[in-house]
Amino acid sequence: MTAPWLDGAPSREIILLSLLLAALILFPLLANDYLITVLILIFYFAYVGQAWNLMMGFAGQLSLGHALYVGLGAYAAAALYVHFGISPWLGLWVSVAVAAGTGGLIGFLAFRFGVAGVYFAILTIAFAEFARLAFDHWSWVGGSAGFFLPVANYAKNDLVNLRGSPTMFYYVLLAMTVGAFLVCHALLRSRAGYYWLAIRESPEAAQALGINLFRYRMYVVVLSAAMTSLGGVVFAFYYNNLFPEQVFHISRSIELILAPIIGGIGTLFGPIIGAFLLTALAEGLDEIMRTAGLDVPGVKQIFYGVCLLVVVMFLPDGVWPPLAKVLRLDGQRGQDQPGC
Amino acid sequence: MAALLEIAGISKNFSGLKAVQNVSFNVPEGAIVGLIGPNGAGKTTCFNLVAGVYRPEAGEIRLAGRRIDGWRPDQICRAGLGRTFQLVKPFAGLTVMENVVVGALKQSHSVRAAKQLAARVVEQLGLQSKCHEPAGSLTLPDRKRLEVARALATAPRILLLDEVMAGLRPTETDRMVGLFKDLNARLGLTILMIEHVMRAVMALSRHVVVLHHGQVIAAGAPGEVTRDPAVLECYLGEDAL
Repeated sequence: MTAPWLDGAPSREIILLSLLLAALILFPLLANDYLITVLILIFYFAYVGQAWNLMMGFAGQLSLGHALYVGLGAYAAAALYVHFGISPWLGLWVSVAVAAGTGGLIGFLAFRFGVAGVYFAILTIAFAEFARLAFDHWSWVGGSAGFFLPVANYAKNDLVNLRGSPTMFYYVLLAMTVGAFLVCHALLRSRAGYYWLAIRESPEAAQALGINLFRYRMYVVVLSAAMTSLGGVVFAFYYNNLFPEQVFHISRSIELILAPIIGGIGTLFGPIIGAFLLTALAEGLDEIMRTAGLDVPGVKQIFYGVCLLVVVMFLPDGVWPPLAKVLRLDGQRGQDQPGC
Repeated sequence: MAALLEIAGISKNFSGLKAVQNVSFNVPEGAIVGLIGPNGAGKTTCFNLVAGVYRPEAGEIRLAGRRIDGWRPDQICRAGLGRTFQLVKPFAGLTVMENVVVGALKQSHSVRAAKQLAARVVEQLGLQSKCHEPAGSLTLPDRKRLEVARALATAPRILLLDEVMAGLRPTETDRMVGLFKDLNARLGLTILMIEHVMRAVMALSRHVVVLHHGQVIAAGAPGEVTRDPAVLECYLGEDAL
């Protein structure tokens, strides 16, 4: 197995990954609908977490407004489908273009005028808030009353229009999560990947080595925005309803960065592990509360907070790096080559 | 023939403090020029002006005949100028090898080619035993070596070294001196170095420029310059004379 994107990956990693993937492909045959919906959530957070991680984990650009790209992607594809009957497979290109354009605009404003670090993060929040207010008042897409997709008949899956059962969404999101992983894996080994890591570690030194900071920061913001918007497209067609107050809200932006933070920022497996842990534990908590007959509002948020606290205090690099050591999967790039 | 690096009357103020005033000197192709002076003389500011970190308020800087003052550091690097930082700036989370690969990518078409090139540079600097260690775990002398390796990997025409010998043991200094002599002789690499370790300056440079209070107070062969009363005064004080 020597596909070009696997160049340099230890074979142990490949075997374990193949087994995991096979298990996930077979999973819907054995699992009930509830477990499938949980896995869908996990894949969704793993996917958008990976997209966010590209920007923060690789290139060190903190975005706290990634719900913006989810929302733009969701609204663009949903509006084209509802108003013009355009298939989401065509609509997603518009979603990508709109999100990439908006990401590019934010990046341009920030990087041209030297807005960096915390101030950059605030700018991303501001744009997500602009979008929330604008969509609240945009009646073509329902305004604050929400925008609804016609609910599909689950008897028959219509992949062309993304109308169908949770199992269909399960496979679509699984493919996206795997795809995002492979894309990030390849990017990390490319020129851009090296340059992003260099910029993350020391912008001054990176620039002294001939790296055009503006260009490579723009690349990562546009790419991350585009990737995130695809998550939004699936989000819209899975939930069938969009409310600006929910989609663009800052709590959504925070929610989607929890998985990579808990799993391990800047690692390829971090967003995936983080999404599994967080979602599985949160759903488990839900189940326990239900069977115990307790109804505590906000318990999930408290749970997320506790998780974050524990990870930040005891595993500041996230769950994945120590876990990788245990699984002996912490081979670093280039270590397979003899000598130097 | 014009010099590879021409510095003509450059100045830079930091809110009233005249860090560099009307400094001019040339670095001919293939030369090793030392830039010395007491602490706070403006040596590093001078480097930062040449490397594009600051824009000079007056004067001109030419690299191989092209004006580069006002260019960004990455443009100046691509024009053929490599530099190290006095306060080393390793990519701490990356391995030694990855650090050097980032530099090598500037002149390589592929990551694979950059890795091969980086491996050679890592070996030249004697870092091969540490090539998979994170740069953040290196000792200071090794970090200095890594600074040089990264800059060399960009295949510069002129290399600006900012106190790379500081903190090295004498044997390590001699080894570094040997490396620069070799690069200079074999590849014709031009070097401009800020250095306090006179052992290294004397061994490498045939021409030395002395800065004091942001101004050039002497220039010439190292032997002559170190006997110059103005230079002795700025280092040792008036009473010592």
